[in-house]
Amino acid sequence: MNGRGRVTARAVMRPADLWPVALAGVVIRPARSILSALGISLGIATMVAVLGISASSRAQLVAEIDALGTNLLTVTPGQSFGGPAASLPATAPGMIARIGPVLDAAAIGDVAANVYRSDRVPAANTNAIAVYSAKPGLLRTLQGRMAKGAFLTTATARYPAAVLGPYAAQALGIDRADGSALVRIGSHWFAVTGILDPLTLAPELDRAVLVGWPVARQLLHAGVRPVEVYVRTNPERVPAVESVLAATADPSAPQNVTVTDPADALIARADATTAFQGLFLALGAVALCVGGIGIGNVMVIAVLERRNEIGLRRALGATRRHISLQFAAEAVVLAGAGGAAGAALGAIATAAFAAARHWHAVVSLPSMSAAVGVALAVGALAGLYPAVRAAQLPPADALRLG
Amino acid sequence: MTVLEMTDVSKVHPGSPPVTAVRSLTLTVEAGDFAAVIGPSGSGKTTLLALAGTLERPTTGSIRVAGQALDGLADREVSGIRAASIGFVFQHFFLLPGLSALENVATGLLYRGMPAGQRRAAAGAALEQVGLSHRAGHRPAELSGGERQRVAIARAIVGEPAIILADEPTGSLDTTAGAGVLSILAGLNERGVTMLVVTHNPDIAAAARRTIRLRDGVIEHDSEAA
Repeated sequence: MNGRGRVTARAVMRPADLWPVALAGVVIRPARSILSALGISLGIATMVAVLGISASSRAQLVAEIDALGTNLLTVTPGQSFGGPAASLPATAPGMIARIGPVLDAAAIGDVAANVYRSDRVPAANTNAIAVYSAKPGLLRTLQGRMAKGAFLTTATARYPAAVLGPYAAQALGIDRADGSALVRIGSHWFAVTGILDPLTLAPELDRAVLVGWPVARQLLHAGVRPVEVYVRTNPERVPAVESVLAATADPSAPQNVTVTDPADALIARADATTAFQGLFLALGAVALCVGGIGIGNVMVIAVLERRNEIGLRRALGATRRHISLQFAAEAVVLAGAGGAAGAALGAIATAAFAAARHWHAVVSLPSMSAAVGVALAVGALAGLYPAVRAAQLPPADALRLG
Repeated sequence: MTVLEMTDVSKVHPGSPPVTAVRSLTLTVEAGDFAAVIGPSGSGKTTLLALAGTLERPTTGSIRVAGQALDGLADREVSGIRAASIGFVFQHFFLLPGLSALENVATGLLYRGMPAGQRRAAAGAALEQVGLSHRAGHRPAELSGGERQRVAIARAIVGEPAIILADEPTGSLDTTAGAGVLSILAGLNERGVTMLVVTHNPDIAAAARRTIRLRDGVIEHDSEAA
């Protein structure tokens, strides 16, 4: 006979048996299980869709920028402290063009004149349209396209001809570029010979009017110092060029030169517009919490309803821990199923949204797995209290033997 | 061999006033016994069964099941004794509705750490012993009351426990089904299964080798008492 404290048997449940038992508990009440997992599904779907849509939109922007080339850099005069606004030396474009990996460089110059639809428009109504002087190579450097008409040529650059940015054309009410429409710049009439397509990498030109460099000097008294130089480099050597641009543009005062990569700036701006994303993510998190509470509720009810089962399992040798594990596992199964369904739903929503906008949908597997992981964690948390309640049920009471 | 040994066991259910369900009870069940516990309602029969089955702990006194003393054991150890040494049969069967008869019987081995394949094989053999092999795939809802209780008996014997504790096993059945269940219990006892049955059914009491009559938590009569 065994002495006191020597134990012949311990109750053991194989870990592999836990999940089938939990699954059986969930599938026996399908309607209730589906309803209780719905909250988690909606929360996860919202989060996956928000992340997926913003990732798709970012990917779309990156693709657009890539198509335009990520090898464009812009050089602008910085602000000099205490002095007049800094400007670039007139020699800057030529110096920059001589940097080895630079394929193309084109400058625009400031023209101190405003543009009007006619000489009857009050001088104050400038429409905030800037006038720049440009050389014919600018379009090629920017890899821009014309919506109408033609860009400046060496011929038209010497005559009063103007090329309008798309928003400038809209503001001036001009949609013809055959030379018949005239605009008033300073005290001269210029014929509109071209209207640009929007320039993603040089959006400042969308609200501008471009005239030839020689005619600007001749009729509009423009200076020779550039206000911005666009630099197209060998794609492999962008950082190297970026690092020498300032010193090349203005060897005597490189600190007065600002070099920017418009592609980086655009992507950074897109990444910064996350206010709505944060709001929707918060909504998703709230839905997730409510879903977790729903699962906790349903599990508490299940514990009350399944007293017999709990008592029976205890009679068959289940320990308190086995019982609590079973109910916690059921909550995890519910939440996991809800999370997986929600992730799928979110992916479908992302795909539908992207398809409607002709985007390429970006649904990342890691973010979907992370979402399901979050759902599992919520389920485990929700199942904690019911699991403890189930384990504490006295078996004799549960079996009506008490 | 002594399978169940209760020495001077009392059980007081707390409350106001506290209820003494079992009072200074001493009882020994030997291997191969078929003992029927009878007595009026409230005499402590069910508490005796819960104590013998380690589902409740005595207020005073000591209990040994299959040679193992219970006092001072942790939940996991007492649960282990239930898993290894005790088979239960209840009045209301307590089959799991989502599982087939075979799966219900196999659940009797779930907490022994036995692989699923072995559990199913043993469950098949146990169902054969109660004559229900042909119903192995049926859910409890598809079985008659008598069949459900036979599945529950198979679940109790599947682990070859030292003792079967039955609480009113025919209490939810009609006479015919009850007679069928009794003949299965009697047959099992003939093959050496030890049985302690709490019952109101005089047929079971008559079939048992030993009757223990309780009244007010005390053994009033034990047919085997010296």
